[in-house]
Amino acid sequence: MSMKVGSRQVDGVTIVDCSGRITLGEGSVILRDTVRDLLSKGHKKIVLNLADVNYIDSSGIGELVSAYTTTKNQGGELKLLKLTKKVNDLLQITKLYTVFDVKDDEASAVKAFN
Amino acid sequence: MAMTEQRVSYTMDSSLETIDSAEEKATAIATELGFDDDEVMQISMAVREGAVNAVLHGNAYSPDKKVVLAFERTAENLVITIRDQGKGMDLSRIPNPLAPENLLKTSGRGIFLMRSFMDVVEIRPSESGTELKLIKRVHGTTAGGKEASQ
Repeated sequence: MSMKVGSRQVDGVTIVDCSGRITLGEGSVILRDTVRDLLSKGHKKIVLNLADVNYIDSSGIGELVSAYTTTKNQGGELKLLKLTKKVNDLLQITKLYTVFDVKDDEASAVKAFN
Repeated sequence: MAMTEQRVSYTMDSSLETIDSAEEKATAIATELGFDDDEVMQISMAVREGAVNAVLHGNAYSPDKKVVLAFERTAENLVITIRDQGKGMDLSRIPNPLAPENLLKTSGRGIFLMRSFMDVVEIRPSESGTELKLIKRVHGTTAGGKEASQ
């Protein structure tokens, strides 16, 4: 299953609902294009909802890092929401859990920007 | 694809499709051998990362170069070999992705993940290509439909 994204606004924060796989190729490109598009339109408070992301590889991990640093470099902030166990485990063993601000529920994620 | 013959081998193109296909084959074989869900995920991800290295960094998507993927069931192990026809790699130049200065790099985690998920990872680079060997120990009694060695 390839990756799909949809975005919505909640109290000035853009929630990007991701589903499928973030892997080398299409999945990584879709995520990259989505974040760059949001930033170019001035949306700099971004939450990536990964609740329905069932698989991610090292390229996908790299893309999450890229999204995080790109957003930060443009004066924005990017948080992760609702990690599946697989994605959570990957962020733990790569020590990226210490880098990302990870939230378990949407209200907390939105509130954390204010 | 049955593993009753104990060893299967595939010669594949240097393409993104090969990476997905290698992962799917690994998932099917690991499942067939009786590994649990977590182990199947680990094996399939390690194979995917190995295939990424072979296709991208080894063969650089060259249509003239092939990737050879082999699965072998021994008495105690699942042994997976991935061979490319690239220029080899300098293992001393692979950075530690857990070092603070590397945490925010967007690449360089593939070999680390393979080592995290497999019992043994051997990388043999040469001028004619790199051979990667991934080994996962088989345990329990269901692997291959036979009793595992004690």
